[in-house]
Amino acid sequence: MDDLMTVVEWSRWQFALTAIYHWLFVPLTLGLSLIVAVMESIYVKTKSEKWLATTKFWMTLFGINFAIGIATGIILEFEFGTNWSNYSWFVGDIFGAPLAIEGLVAFFIEATFVAVMFFGWGKVSERFHLVSTWMTWFGASVSALWILVANAWMQYPVGMEFDPGQMRNVMNNFWELFSGIAVNKYLHTLFSGWALAGVFVIGVSAWFMYKKRNISFAERSIKAGGWIGLIGLLLTMWTGDGSAVEVTKHQPMKLAAMEGLYHGHESAGLVAAGIVNPNKTWNNAEDEYLFDITVPYGLSILAKHDLHAYVPGIADIIQGYTLDENGDTVNTVSYAERIRQGKLAHEALRAYDIARANKDEAGMMAAEQDLRQYYPYFGYGYFDTVEEAIPPVGLTFTSFRIMVFLGTYFLLYYVVALFCVYSHKDWLQNKKWLQWIAMISMPFMWVCSEAGWAVAEVGRQPWTVQDLLPTKAAISEIQSGSVILTFWLFALIFTVLLVAEISIMIKQIQKRSLTDLEIDYAH
Amino acid sequence: MIAVKNLSRRIWDLYYEGFRNMTVGKTLWVIILVKVFIFFVVMKLLFFPNLLKRDFSTDEERADHVRNELINR
Repeated sequence: MDDLMTVVEWSRWQFALTAIYHWLFVPLTLGLSLIVAVMESIYVKTKSEKWLATTKFWMTLFGINFAIGIATGIILEFEFGTNWSNYSWFVGDIFGAPLAIEGLVAFFIEATFVAVMFFGWGKVSERFHLVSTWMTWFGASVSALWILVANAWMQYPVGMEFDPGQMRNVMNNFWELFSGIAVNKYLHTLFSGWALAGVFVIGVSAWFMYKKRNISFAERSIKAGGWIGLIGLLLTMWTGDGSAVEVTKHQPMKLAAMEGLYHGHESAGLVAAGIVNPNKTWNNAEDEYLFDITVPYGLSILAKHDLHAYVPGIADIIQGYTLDENGDTVNTVSYAERIRQGKLAHEALRAYDIARANKDEAGMMAAEQDLRQYYPYFGYGYFDTVEEAIPPVGLTFTSFRIMVFLGTYFLLYYVVALFCVYSHKDWLQNKKWLQWIAMISMPFMWVCSEAGWAVAEVGRQPWTVQDLLPTKAAISEIQSGSVILTFWLFALIFTVLLVAEISIMIKQIQKRSLTDLEIDYAH
Repeated sequence: MIAVKNLSRRIWDLYYEGFRNMTVGKTLWVIILVKVFIFFVVMKLLFFPNLLKRDFSTDEERADHVRNELINR
């Protein structure tokens, strides 16, 4: 059992490590491809050599990021097959189908049009080149769609039926995969990529301002990156609001963990800043926070778009709660009852297995009927105590605040950048502190993006598939030693890749800040 | 037929000349190739077998194994 938990913990750390590194590259690809496509569209419309040079410069940085980041996601699929084989089998074609579509269609689009985008200057018509650039953006965005649909299914499993004979979930409605959770998650992620790339473009442009080289190029870039980034950030905030409503409906425990809320109430306030009390448990009398600054009614608005809505806390969800006729939720099932029903589901599966071995058709049918009744809480059968079903509250709470705080900071960042580039160009060109803020802020945009993922993935613990399969059941029977070894190998490989990316990019940026871009990138 | 040949030739030229004229791209291709080798040859073959495919030959056996794991763990 000890080794099992070690394998679970190290496999989770390994998955987190590889996903975090993968996510350093992906959002920049999603956003920078759009910015480059918009820049090239302006060039094709205006025939301005300045926009051509601007497009080509950012396309080079896009290419570096694309090349370094490509295939880093495949590691996650390796881990499914080795570390999480029970999970891989259990999710069946639900997870496999979207990923297969992603592999076949989206990757094909990307791979084909990326080549035209980089090699096609002067070889194909301007319009065809422009279409290829837009198709590269489209392909990257479609790739993200399928992966996020699969991820959303793990958070809100729908459109399937469990088949005890195959021992896997079988898809019975493909379109149900596009649930509210999936749509919000996809759009939230996509738009956050635009926001991230905008900050990157402004930060790099600030370096050109600092070096007092290619100033008009930097201004053009700040305009394009600033507007796309600002629009992306506003849309990210809008879809984030939609995500909060969906989480409230389908993953109330995650919402409670995001807020560090143990005891729910009506007209609930949102903690704008605070520290959760590490000694607080769902059933003791400690305070929820060591300190907090709360926005009145904020949580009720966030969760249900209603000033006075009731929002349940962790203790309420564990004990089960009932709302009156004005509320949305009536008679939720307590976690103790869910554990009981989960264990009954396991008993039914055992009975099915025995009946199947004895070729007892009637016994199999009876067991399958029982299993269907209790299946919605199948995963709870692996728990002995209700505490096991509570996510890490402190990490979820803190990650949520980091994401929101930095998101708000970057809204200000965009407003200031656009204000300066249109109204106070001299500030951008001469105020060193402003240039340094623009540059130093860049890595914090990645922190913001990764914090968002931490909220989504830590907040749903202990589940790999919500309510159906906890991490400790999803894990393969493997030795912890090999997981620890590969964890460190991946840490090394990905760090080398990251250093390579940053070095090559800095080299390119420095090189271009010593010369005239419009001459460098002339036809 | 001639049109198809011309198109094939143009696609070939696009890739051939594109690769030949690369500057920063050559370094990136080296990184991509080394990375793909490490991922697919070293990591996948040595450390990341698909356990259910490796250890069982039919889907029925795989289902039995997972059922046993999920019932008895």
